[in-house]
Amino acid sequence: MSLLKVTIDNKTIEVEPGTTILQAARMIGPDVAPPAMCYYTKLKTSGGYCRTCLVKVSKGSEKDPRPMPKLVASCRTTVMDGMEVENFTSPEVVDARNGVVEFLLLNHPLDCPICDQAGECHLQDLSYENGKSKTRNEFERRTFEKIDIGDKIQLHMTRCILCYRCVKVADQFTPERVHGVINRGEVSEISTYIQHAVDNDFSGNMIDVCPVGALTDKTFRFKSRVWFLKPVDAHRNCDKCSGKTVLWKYGQEIYRITGRKDQWGEVEEFICNTCRFDKKAPSDWTEEGPRKLSRHSVISQGHYGTKTKFVASPVTLPNKQLS
Amino acid sequence: MSRKLLLANDHIPGIQSYEVYRSNGGYRSVEKALKTMSPDDVVEEVKKSGLRGRGGAGFPTGMKWSFLAKPEGVPRYLVCNADESEPGTFKDRYLMEHIPHILVEGMITSSFALGANTSYIYIRGEYFYVARIVEKAIAEAYANGWLGKNILGTGFNHDMYVQVGGGAYICGEETALLESLEGKRGNPRIKPPFPAIAGLYGCPTVVNNVETIAAVVPIVNDGGDEYAKIGIGRSTGTKLISASGNINKPGVYEIELGVPVEEFIFSDQYCGGIANGKRLKACVPGGSSVPILPDYLVCKTATGEDRLMTYESLSDGGFATGSMLGSGGFIVYDENQCIVRNTWNFSRFYHHESCGQCSPCREGTGWMERVLHRLEKGMGNMSDIDLLVEVAKKIEGNTICPLGDAAAWPVAAAVRHFRHEFEHHVLHPDKVKDPKHGHREPIMPVKPQPVTA
Ligand SMILES: Cc1cc2nc3c(=O)[nH]c(=O)nc-3n(C[C@H](O)[C@H](O)[C@H](O)COP(=O)(O)O)c2cc1C
Ligand code: SF4
Ligand code: SF4
Ligand code: FES
Repeated sequence: MSLLKVTIDNKTIEVEPGTTILQAARMIGPDVAPPAMCYYTKLKTSGGYCRTCLVKVSKGSEKDPRPMPKLVASCRTTVMDGMEVENFTSPEVVDARNGVVEFLLLNHPLDCPICDQAGECHLQDLSYENGKSKTRNEFERRTFEKIDIGDKIQLHMTRCILCYRCVKVADQFTPERVHGVINRGEVSEISTYIQHAVDNDFSGNMIDVCPVGALTDKTFRFKSRVWFLKPVDAHRNCDKCSGKTVLWKYGQEIYRITGRKDQWGEVEEFICNTCRFDKKAPSDWTEEGPRKLSRHSVISQGHYGTKTKFVASPVTLPNKQLS
Repeated sequence: MSRKLLLANDHIPGIQSYEVYRSNGGYRSVEKALKTMSPDDVVEEVKKSGLRGRGGAGFPTGMKWSFLAKPEGVPRYLVCNADESEPGTFKDRYLMEHIPHILVEGMITSSFALGANTSYIYIRGEYFYVARIVEKAIAEAYANGWLGKNILGTGFNHDMYVQVGGGAYICGEETALLESLEGKRGNPRIKPPFPAIAGLYGCPTVVNNVETIAAVVPIVNDGGDEYAKIGIGRSTGTKLISASGNINKPGVYEIELGVPVEEFIFSDQYCGGIANGKRLKACVPGGSSVPILPDYLVCKTATGEDRLMTYESLSDGGFATGSMLGSGGFIVYDENQCIVRNTWNFSRFYHHESCGQCSPCREGTGWMERVLHRLEKGMGNMSDIDLLVEVAKKIEGNTICPLGDAAAWPVAAAVRHFRHEFEHHVLHPDKVKDPKHGHREPIMPVKPQPVTA
């Protein structure tokens, strides 16, 4: 099949039919790739919800050069031959995206100082790049009670941006449909049919796909800021998954285990709950070496405790005061 | 007297029942189509008629039908959208309640045209009693050989089902409707694919409004050309208008497209003028989703021409000075009505009905409602007014389905034409604290100055 030519922010690439604008942009590189909060390459039917990846199609295709009438979600729009797309070069797109970010933050608690996700949160990155420094929302923000999803995962719905990624994980990796969205509109919430029902070998991947701190690892909760930890690629023989993980260590101690995330914050392979939650002894793992992170990541800024005496000790305050 | 096609027999006692409906020429279109026409002939007549979707968007029905994919061995479906939940719109209910058989007849004829052996009528959950009426009509049609196997001995099989809706406005959006019909949460799908390619259960599907499907009956009976003679330009045929608000005769009217708005509001044949001798202040001509028009733009366009009840004339002037025919929910406001309150009321609806899938609509609808509530209660600031416009702009066009637009447009239009009234709420909080403000005396005694387009 012949390749399709697409130009994004004046950079041209040829891609296979069926490629989305977002994927094509990522192939060109981070300079033109729109941010994506809900799309996840490995989750079927993901994307389309958050609207951060909106772009302008200024030329539809060689055959039909008309521009598309509205901004489109680049994660769900496939490339046509001769298409021309404007992302960061279009003030209209930047303006709309700033609007989307404002909406995503409208009801977000911004409790980063006590959120385990801080430092690896996509919403933090996004608001840093596109956000206003001051909210225009003068109304009370919505809050929810925290919920335990099984004994290893906590759902803090107040922080959720309803990206549906965890719903897709539950749909696509668990045999029964027990995890989804209840209620409507602004009061929609992620929920689990029976709170403890998501008891599945792969449920822990919800934590990795969650772009914010709404789904967190209870075995790691409040143990450390992520930037104090040293990420190390490691593997073990596992009969459920590939066993390829990242160990997040402080000294010799393994604080938490996650999947390996690529440049776009997506895991390379989903890992099982045994690897994630139950194998915290260094002897369980064969280490491969330090995990390479983007220089810009706040995690790379951490000095792994060499310069500072500050040791993140488990927080002893009762949960109530923290939230 | 204007011609009536759908409600022509409305006055006949017992027209709800099969016998009376049949004896007044009912089910002729099925006979004609099945016995003397090919499916493509029917599609051709509908194309010729110029019929446009009556559910709101006004998309040409014949064209929509011709887009239907026809892969071998895959069933096709016709789905009737009877979820009617747009504030100000109640015409489908009227039609189904009074002449249910015209819908059933239209469904059979349309299904034949589309090659659909199964069809569904998705009726708004709150209309449960209407669902009973339609179900009875379907049972009568089965009993008289209009549904089931080998209809009229032509070999055409058809089964029809009623599904009671999920109780949400969003289930009226065609892809959310299909999700709901499949037994799922009624979230709009991300398009493409469009229902014509992958609709119900992934099969090619046409979704049409109740009135659109009913209009197929006269089109097949009298021919598309005859239908197209009624109306003006690309607005052909008749349209049901749900008229409500401060008028003397609220109700459902079948009009020939092209009737002047002035005549529709003031003549005794239709709304009969503004109630209680009051003055017209504003009008929402097509259901809560369309822009509101101030008095001086209701009967005339910005260029001074007569405004007509057509798709084109109502949208003349774009959003700056026009509106839309929409679903035909015609709401009239007299001088005592508070536009801020009305806008808040609409925004409350959209806030409540947003499905919450995409962030601009989920968050923006609630935000607009809160700001409008604050303004209405005399607790807002001047900056709130521009904030509303900006939030509306950030929602519009950036969402998965048009509910986002529908929530944004009325707010933007209200501020565009009635900014002085919003300002009045900020400047005179004492006057608007009383929830009945405006009822005793008009909110703004001065007539607003026309904006130039
Ligand atoms: C939020 C929303 C609600 C809608 N509700 C209805 C409805 O209640 N009835 C209807 O016929 N169309 C409704 N529509 C329009 C449908 O999506 C669709 O366009 C229509 O059913 C097509 O039929 P038509 O071509 O016969 O108009 C709605 C659209 C949106 C976005
Ligand atoms: S909990 Fe996380 S992954 Fe799930 S919808 Fe919310 S933000 Fe997305
Ligand atoms: S625009 Fe609103 S109703 Fe439509 S899909 Fe998005 S959140 Fe749902
Ligand atoms: S990433 Fe495309 S809409 Fe969320």
